[in-house]
Amino acid sequence: MATMWTTRLRKSTVEKFEPQDILPDEQPSYVASWIYVFGVLTLASLTVIIITGLWLTTKGVTWWHTSSVGHFVNSLHLWSVELFFVFMVVHLWGKFWMAAWRGRRFATWVTGVIAFVTSIATGFTGYLIQTNFDSQWIGSQAKDGLNAVGIGSFFNTLNTGQATLLHVALLPLVVGAITIWHVILVRRNGVVPPLDANEIAGGAK
Amino acid sequence: MSHKERNVDLAKWSGPKRPYDLVKEFVIALLVVSVLVAGLATLFGSPDQKAVTLQDWAKKAPSDFIATTTGELAGTTISAAYGAPYNDASEGLSLGPLKLQKWAGVTIPVDPKYDFVIEPLAYSKDSAVPIALDQWNGASANQQLTWATDYASAIEKAGDSSKVTSSNAFGPVPAMSAGLLALAQDGNLDGLLTTSDTPYPSDFTKPILFLADGGYLDELGAAQHLHGDQWGMMNETGSYPGQSWLWLFSLWYNVEPFKSSENADAQIFFVLFLLNLGFIFMPKLPFINRLPRLIPIHRLIWRRYYRENNL
Repeated sequence: MATMWTTRLRKSTVEKFEPQDILPDEQPSYVASWIYVFGVLTLASLTVIIITGLWLTTKGVTWWHTSSVGHFVNSLHLWSVELFFVFMVVHLWGKFWMAAWRGRRFATWVTGVIAFVTSIATGFTGYLIQTNFDSQWIGSQAKDGLNAVGIGSFFNTLNTGQATLLHVALLPLVVGAITIWHVILVRRNGVVPPLDANEIAGGAK
Repeated sequence: MSHKERNVDLAKWSGPKRPYDLVKEFVIALLVVSVLVAGLATLFGSPDQKAVTLQDWAKKAPSDFIATTTGELAGTTISAAYGAPYNDASEGLSLGPLKLQKWAGVTIPVDPKYDFVIEPLAYSKDSAVPIALDQWNGASANQQLTWATDYASAIEKAGDSSKVTSSNAFGPVPAMSAGLLALAQDGNLDGLLTTSDTPYPSDFTKPILFLADGGYLDELGAAQHLHGDQWGMMNETGSYPGQSWLWLFSLWYNVEPFKSSENADAQIFFVLFLLNLGFIFMPKLPFINRLPRLIPIHRLIWRRYYRENNL
């Protein structure tokens, strides 16, 4: 049985988690700072980005130029992205000063950085598909950087169709998957304890 | 990190705990963010400066349009001399011995002389254009280059294409340029450059490359503080925050040696690649990974914990 792929997958995934670990209703006493809020604020912003993005997607890339509702939804999308990055940057800085990679949490750090970088790529493609002057300018300027290192031969910033599909399909899938992975790692490994916690009661079993 | 500390980090916390409602926290965060976003969207909206068309360019800056068209015929514009991914006109940028641009190959073929000028002219209703095209096609490459180069020089000298005295020395180039200008002013060129491959266009490579070869788009960009030396990479039109998260990318374009380097695009991409690698592997970097201990901001973050434990 242990050689079955299904068994192996179950053992390496769902059996790794206790229900209490997935959705805990208590946290170590040290989890008491405003800095912890920025992770969940980032997730909340991502949720608003996805909802407003889906709304825009159902109407098409040029809808917002001709509809006041569309323009408002576009504004919601824009500002949720702006807040998303603000919250994520504060979250990242917080985790840096907490040395949050300690104790098998290196992968949590790496997935967080990759989520940040892929979010930048996703935001960039969003600017390319606005179908206005900003798109023209950003596409025209950015192509030189991408072409200079060969990426432009595969990703054409002036091809709105390609940028649209990357923005609404592939990149959100990557950002979504890496974010879920990041959250799973946080849940599995728990919140990093304070520096020097080994020297006081509760730190060691 | 000491062995003792590593064990502690891996261990499940056995110290005091406190109730923590993750779901409630998320719902409240979602409500707060939603209200903030709605407020910002209502107060500030979002920028939407209309896209520039070739028709706008031809009407508002006809001399620039004519000069650019002539430059395409002379092979002197940015896109005519670009290299990969559009053509083989140059090797493009490189990173030392790494010719990444060239190696990636020509995957988006664009021949500016034919794609932007000669092909669209087939749709011109100006009776002088077919005669001019015959003359152009019947001439040698050297003759074509001489005509186009001489006309480009005459425009530059006169400062405006309308002030250039007509001369046989320019061959059919003035008629071809004027024909393309008329096509653009009528609004036909925008469609011709996007629908040559399919009547359902989603690729605007050709019109934007042509537009960017001229000076008109550049002036519009400068007016909107979008140039590289205006930190334009992270700006957008109007007074909006733009892609402020690109500040580290934008920074290098404003400092030497990159600022004056012809290879800046490739070099800065490489620098950013290294910085991103450093970002990913920051926990493994000597000294950097000690900074959280050396600068004790963690004392502030966990101040309650340290206070309660007399640390």
